[in-house]
Amino acid sequence: MSPSDTFMGTATPPTVAVTKTRPFYWSVRRELWENRSIYIAPLAAAGVVLFGLVIGAFHLPTKALSQLAALDPTKQAEMLSIPYAIAAAAIMVTAFVVAVFYSLGALQSERRDRSILFWKSLPVSDLTTVISKAFVPLVVLPIVAFAIMLATLVFMIGVSAVVLPMNGLPPTLLLSTFPLLKTTVVLAYLLVVFTLWHAPIWAWLMLVSGWARRATFLWAFGPPLVLCVFEKLAFGTAYLAGLLHYRLTGAVKEAFAASDHTTDMHQLDISQLDPLKFIFAPGLWLGLLVAALLFAACVWQRRYRAPI
Amino acid sequence: MACIEARGLRKTFGGTVALDGIDLRIETGRILGLIGPNGAGKTTALNAILGLASYEGELKVLGRDPWRDRDELMRDVCFIADVAVLPRWMRVSQALDYVAGVHPRFDRAKAEAFLAKTAIQRTSLVRSLSKGMVTQLHLALIMAIDAKLLVLDEPTLGLDILYRKEFYDTLLNDYFDHSRTIVVTTHQVEEVQHILTDLMFVNRGRIVLDCSMEAFEQRYAEVMVTPEQLPAARALGTPLHERQVFGRSILLFDGVDRKALAAIGEVRSPSIADLFVAVIGADAVPAKGVAA
Repeated sequence: MSPSDTFMGTATPPTVAVTKTRPFYWSVRRELWENRSIYIAPLAAAGVVLFGLVIGAFHLPTKALSQLAALDPTKQAEMLSIPYAIAAAAIMVTAFVVAVFYSLGALQSERRDRSILFWKSLPVSDLTTVISKAFVPLVVLPIVAFAIMLATLVFMIGVSAVVLPMNGLPPTLLLSTFPLLKTTVVLAYLLVVFTLWHAPIWAWLMLVSGWARRATFLWAFGPPLVLCVFEKLAFGTAYLAGLLHYRLTGAVKEAFAASDHTTDMHQLDISQLDPLKFIFAPGLWLGLLVAALLFAACVWQRRYRAPI
Repeated sequence: MACIEARGLRKTFGGTVALDGIDLRIETGRILGLIGPNGAGKTTALNAILGLASYEGELKVLGRDPWRDRDELMRDVCFIADVAVLPRWMRVSQALDYVAGVHPRFDRAKAEAFLAKTAIQRTSLVRSLSKGMVTQLHLALIMAIDAKLLVLDEPTLGLDILYRKEFYDTLLNDYFDHSRTIVVTTHQVEEVQHILTDLMFVNRGRIVLDCSMEAFEQRYAEVMVTPEQLPAARALGTPLHERQVFGRSILLFDGVDRKALAAIGEVRSPSIADLFVAVIGADAVPAKGVAA
């Protein structure tokens, strides 16, 4: 009798689809259990900014409000969207910082606390593990950031609905001229575009986290910096620095149509969204290719990893 | 059917030979005790079997190459590689949820039943549990998995003697059946002696003893003799080992007729620890040896 015979009766054989997706689903949940900063930090950032704005709104000098009332509707709308832009920027920057620190610890903490031996004792492949960890900066954090932005927007509309009439401004200002929904679309587009654009950065940070025994931050940012300085000193050029700068901020240039404005992020308008240009930008595909290679290296590397 | 089969299994780290061409065959339905001093190569061998490390030579576990087919293999194999490696940030309930989520052969009710016998709370964080409790939790999770091969590397380190005994009893009574195979390493050999079906000594990357427990009991005998009878005892064969206790000598023989031994002194079966000292004692790698 082969051992498999005895198991047939007791365990119902799970379908292929279930065995493929369940470990992934639970691995992502696992990441959220371990790294609660993924949602706490952007929430806290939004909370602090909103709290500050609310306090500020109740203390607005009447003069400022009467000035606002005197402005033409377009200007009013612009003024009203500024607090939202500040809150959104705070959320996005926080999500970015969280993603950096998350990625730098993703494949290191399990080796440091030796729990990698427990994870590896379960039927979850290295590929599933790496994908579930990459899923956090690539999918989870942008979604969390966007959800918090939406919540912020709803909250701010609510506050405005109270504050504006209190100061003698018509609440219809909210309905007729609020450009906040447009801004929200721009922000969602920015999130998607930047996440794709930054994919090789997250992949690089995760590779370092799986490779370095300690000081992942130094290993991730030190060598590129040193190489930039070296290039400048040795050849007087700054190609590498330019390349890195392009990778950090180039998405704005590649994903938005040029306008009379400078490409400052807070001046981006919905009419400037240019997804087609972005999709055909070589920088996007080159970046995604590099990211795929680096993530593959992460998977390969995890096979050989033991506790530190 | 062989559960684990190896031929010329070899592993080197730089210039150090950790496994020096091991041949072994472990049949399905056995409980093997893998005993050896620290640094003998036990963990290296287990890592190869579990697909955690690459190796040279031939190795088949449940008919698969553990390094190449690790992902498939881990559905049927379970292990505790070391004690207290559960993630410290996890809650007990999360550990249960997670294993239930990823492992198709995990029986949650069984794990809950194991935990009910302990003082572990579902809401506790692993970091707040004592070392013994973490091990209890780990064992509860692993024992609730319906695996064909279970590898336990020092599973009871840090547990008190009552729980250790209970653990091995549970392993034998509730977990083990003849379709499963268990490989266990431990320094507390006397505690596993009664549950093992097979015994293997490893030293310096080689297998120095490989026998079933039945063969162990038939082959090895210890006789305690007075100094006057010592020459007569030595005449029966070359003893593997001699030691003095209260002015008498205890000689350990391999394959000497028990009746002949009984004529000159008190005969008994040696413990695994006695045999270990006899076989490896003098030749152990710089290590602590068995803590028996």
